Amino acid sequence: MKYIDEYRDNALAAKILGQIRSSVTRPWTLMEVCGGQTHAIVKNGIDRLLPDELELVHGPGCPVCVTPLEMIDKAHAIAQRPEVIFCSFGDMLRVPGSEVDLLILKSRGADVRMVYSPMDCLRIARAHPEREVVFFAIGFETTAPANAMLAWQARAQGIPNLSLLVSQVLVPPAMELLLSTPGNRVQGFLGPGHVCTVAGYREYEKIAEKYSVPIVVTGFEPLDILQGILMAVRQLESGRATVENHYPRVVRRDGNPAARERVAEVFEPCDRAWRGVGIIPQSGLRLNADFRAFDAEHRFGVEAIHTQESTVCISGQILRGIKKPHDCPAFGSTCTPEHPLGATMVSAEGACAAYYAYGRYLQSSPGAQASCLGREAAG
Amino acid sequence: MCLAIPGKIIELRTDADGVRMARATFGGIVKEVCLEFTPEAKVDDYILVHVGFALNTVDEEEAKQTFELLRELGQLDELDIPELSS
Repeated sequence: MKYIDEYRDNALAAKILGQIRSSVTRPWTLMEVCGGQTHAIVKNGIDRLLPDELELVHGPGCPVCVTPLEMIDKAHAIAQRPEVIFCSFGDMLRVPGSEVDLLILKSRGADVRMVYSPMDCLRIARAHPEREVVFFAIGFETTAPANAMLAWQARAQGIPNLSLLVSQVLVPPAMELLLSTPGNRVQGFLGPGHVCTVAGYREYEKIAEKYSVPIVVTGFEPLDILQGILMAVRQLESGRATVENHYPRVVRRDGNPAARERVAEVFEPCDRAWRGVGIIPQSGLRLNADFRAFDAEHRFGVEAIHTQESTVCISGQILRGIKKPHDCPAFGSTCTPEHPLGATMVSAEGACAAYYAYGRYLQSSPGAQASCLGREAAG
Repeated sequence: MCLAIPGKIIELRTDADGVRMARATFGGIVKEVCLEFTPEAKVDDYILVHVGFALNTVDEEEAKQTFELLRELGQLDELDIPELSS
């Protein structure tokens, strides 16, 4: 109960924790999908307040972390071209590729610019008609509408010197991969609140039914997370497996229809590689035939770049819940947020960065070696 | 990077390309926000904003709680990115 004093509503947090304790009769493993939730869980010590029977494993919920090395190398190849202004969200600038990161390229003279919104690229492209402006369009469902709007506006306004390097990923196919892998230990999910704000949760209803797994859509407040855990545990204990929306003040079943419509106009599903995980069928979005002229991979001929990922960094196993950050010998020593070796340390939402920020680098935790996905699972 | 940040609309406008926009304040930092996905949003409404796009309207209490939480989590860095002048 060490951390409970810091909760916004201590009495309510203690009450929910009591209900969780009295509901649990046997071991369960839950996964929080979203990196923002991971961050909140580690910061508030939620995993340490739970009864021993409950284990939380951290999901692959950070789009910066899962952007494959190969795509980052393609970004670097494009960014080094003299005619290119390469625009990116700030999170991607420090993600290491095979050799360098975008900030290093910038220091060597590449025109790399951090943008707040994809729409900023329209203004940059108009201001520099003699240059090629390329936007690194990464993200989950939350970001897809903004990236779709950039491509849509580029076409509508006839801006020829703008293109997108697209590495969009979708959450439900990754959950399905976890659930269908032999040795999977994940028995329930906390669903990603802001992803569902856009996408809704009908896809999650299919997963809950197909795999008999409870999914509770929730937010990022410690109280929301605790309540989400309680709702998932109650479903598991009573043998139910449905989607419950504990975030109705933000999330609706159909998400944001206007945003989804724009995404469907511009993108189409495709197979997509996730860093550390490999190709997940139909887990990505790419520009559809109407917008292919704006595809930077095609425009700059980088489709042929193929990269093998490093075997040193264990971020891939962390992303899949097989290992936890302190299982890595480099964690907190040669790998820190200032000098990240791999993707889970680079973004504030990565599991390694969250563990590092909140002083988790000395502790070990029960079940840390156990797998929720791999063959080494205890089963 | 998936988190959306709550802000309050202080001014509505349509840009030169006909895109529905707003100026919104995030704890005192004012940013341009695209409202194409929340056409119902109006001045004084609270919106959840991700990479310059409003994804939803929320009530004031939800907005304030979420903003404070994101501040505690150190997830407001993107607000420091300067905007390009139009």
